[in-house]
Amino acid sequence: MEEKFAISIYVCNKPGVLVRLAQTFARRGYNVDSLVVSAAHNPHFSRITVVVQGEPETFNQIIRQLNKLVDVVHAMHHSDTDVVDREMALFKVSVKPSQRAEIFQIVEVFRAKTVDITDNSLVIETTGDSSKIDALENLLGPMGLLEMVRSGKLIMKRGLEET
Amino acid sequence: MNGAQIVVEALKRQGVEYIFGYPGGACMPIFDALVDAPEQKIVLVRHEQGATHMADGYAKATGKTGVVLVTSGPGATNTVTGILTAQMDSVPLVILTGQTITPNLGKDAFQEADVFGVTMPIVKHSYLVRDVKDLSRVVNEAFHLASTGRPGPVLIDLPKDVVSNEWNEDFTIGLDLPGYQVQTSGSADGIENVAELLSKSKQPLLYVGAGAVISGAGREVQKLAEKLNAPVTTTLLGKGAFSEIHPLSVGMLGMHGTAYANKAVINCDLIMSIGARWDDRITGKVSEFCKNATKIHIDIDPAEFGKIIQPDVSVNGDATEVLAELIPLVKKLDTSAWLKKIENWKIKYPLKFPKRGGLRAQHVLYELDRLTDSDAIISTDVGQHQMWAAQFCKSIRERQWLSSGGAGTMGYGFPAAIGAQLGKPKDLVVAVVGDGGFQMTMSELATAAIHKLPIKIIIINNSYLGMVRQWQELFFDNRESGVDMEGNPDFVKIGEAFGIKGFHLKRSGDVVKVLKKAIDYKDGPCIVDAHVVKADNVFPMIPAGAAVSDMLIDEPPKSQKMQKPVGST
Repeated sequence: MEEKFAISIYVCNKPGVLVRLAQTFARRGYNVDSLVVSAAHNPHFSRITVVVQGEPETFNQIIRQLNKLVDVVHAMHHSDTDVVDREMALFKVSVKPSQRAEIFQIVEVFRAKTVDITDNSLVIETTGDSSKIDALENLLGPMGLLEMVRSGKLIMKRGLEET
Repeated sequence: MNGAQIVVEALKRQGVEYIFGYPGGACMPIFDALVDAPEQKIVLVRHEQGATHMADGYAKATGKTGVVLVTSGPGATNTVTGILTAQMDSVPLVILTGQTITPNLGKDAFQEADVFGVTMPIVKHSYLVRDVKDLSRVVNEAFHLASTGRPGPVLIDLPKDVVSNEWNEDFTIGLDLPGYQVQTSGSADGIENVAELLSKSKQPLLYVGAGAVISGAGREVQKLAEKLNAPVTTTLLGKGAFSEIHPLSVGMLGMHGTAYANKAVINCDLIMSIGARWDDRITGKVSEFCKNATKIHIDIDPAEFGKIIQPDVSVNGDATEVLAELIPLVKKLDTSAWLKKIENWKIKYPLKFPKRGGLRAQHVLYELDRLTDSDAIISTDVGQHQMWAAQFCKSIRERQWLSSGGAGTMGYGFPAAIGAQLGKPKDLVVAVVGDGGFQMTMSELATAAIHKLPIKIIIINNSYLGMVRQWQELFFDNRESGVDMEGNPDFVKIGEAFGIKGFHLKRSGDVVKVLKKAIDYKDGPCIVDAHVVKADNVFPMIPAGAAVSDMLIDEPPKSQKMQKPVGST
């Protein structure tokens, strides 16, 4: 059975790093579910959070292969309880003015925000862990959901330890 | 100075003596800078693949890093096979490729190839240099990466404008590799655990691979084996890490290893890898491999732990250092019954070949080994002759055996011998090749002739792609398909055309006489074209993907229908 794993990777900010990571996953049949890349607080390095789906038996192997890459300073898998994880999503919903109230209720319960509104559409923004976003998607689905854009998961280790 | 001069000076500071290369537009500034650097000799090859194998042979024979310099586009892509070969066998190479000028990158310029992208999955690391100021650091990093830890090929793509730009380089910048750490000394805990497991073993087996050769751990392997009184098997690329004429040696294991080595694998209660990676040629069916034996793995590359086999204990470190720490902790084991068993297998299942029925490759290689006192550097190609050479040419010291193991690259043997002979001018270097593989890179005869290298090229010529034919015979109802090398040239005449001495060898009775003549010939390369029997097979054999216990020690009876192997190739 395939499983999902979140991996945080700290890399040198050099051309080609992302391709090397992607090749490591692709070669072993891992599918990338989400990928977030951005500069670290030291601009010579980048932080990457990647969620992949693959066979648990090969997972340790993947982490080792990632760490073997010259430009990777470290690649780590953290258990869910050790990290804060967040994801952001935007939803575009087709909605007539008469139906807005129902959607606003959902927005309120989820502590989401309405960030764009037209005669026949709304854009809703939300932040939270991935399961919250999945739940909101399920609710909005039958209510005229047109588009969804997700940032991908970000994770940060709790406490003083490095992510 | 310009970028090209910086590159050449940086190479000089690395102690580079030979550059195997082929020029072209994009790398002309570097060839130009080499005119003023006579201490770095250009070896002009005839095809870029040859350059990579020469650098590989040079590196394997000397332990130094091999350097390749080629131009952009096709010049660069022609090195791909050689880069893969070096990556699979952990050979330190630095490959410098010319590239179109930076404003042209990505615009399909003349002779532009994204060689940085093309080679990415088969290098240890690579660079595309965009600033002349980075050149000196990048060259230093490339040599450091290529030669330390688990060695491998490092490619540097050099746009022509970058190597043409001027920069006042003072060569003081060190390395900038925050993501690269090499663990050389093993953890004390791990080593104690290894000693503990060894002390409980009654039937241990040391399984020694290329990592031990690269580390130069030969002396430590011998000390450990003798102190434990444990038998030692070496992999194809580990040949020479432990002398194959030592009484504790059981020779090579695996697909075409000795029957007694494989019997030792089946019966051992502990197997300890020293720089060997449980390759599929060795394990066969992994779930059956040494099922009940304790497994210990020593490797400098932690990504090898658990890749194929989950070891009971692993120690991450350099083989020499780890063994040096381990040796004082171990005691002599009572292995006399185990060694007796092995001795009986050696007597019962020796390597052998028929003495009659025409000239045999095994006979040629057996005599070669005898006449050279097992002391020559042997460089092989890939196929049946490679396996026979591995069986019959004993390796007694490190860096004496050059062969493409992981990649199985045909065309490797002869150019690798050229590199080895340049690096080891006083050694006797013999290229053992097949008629198929030799034709892939025989254009390098010119390179060998120009440098008057006294390489002995022994062509095991059966006019067949013999290993494939053997498989077709055993597993595909003897339906021959695409294996007949009809149209082979007269290799002695080919040699003559290059001004190279040649000998035909057709009769068993002439083997010693012809080999002696070849060995005594010092005035440049010479060819021995050994016309061996056409349809001979390599045994013992473990069909790919089968369990080691399914080994065929000898030719199966013709009536026996063989299962098609489940393993790859």
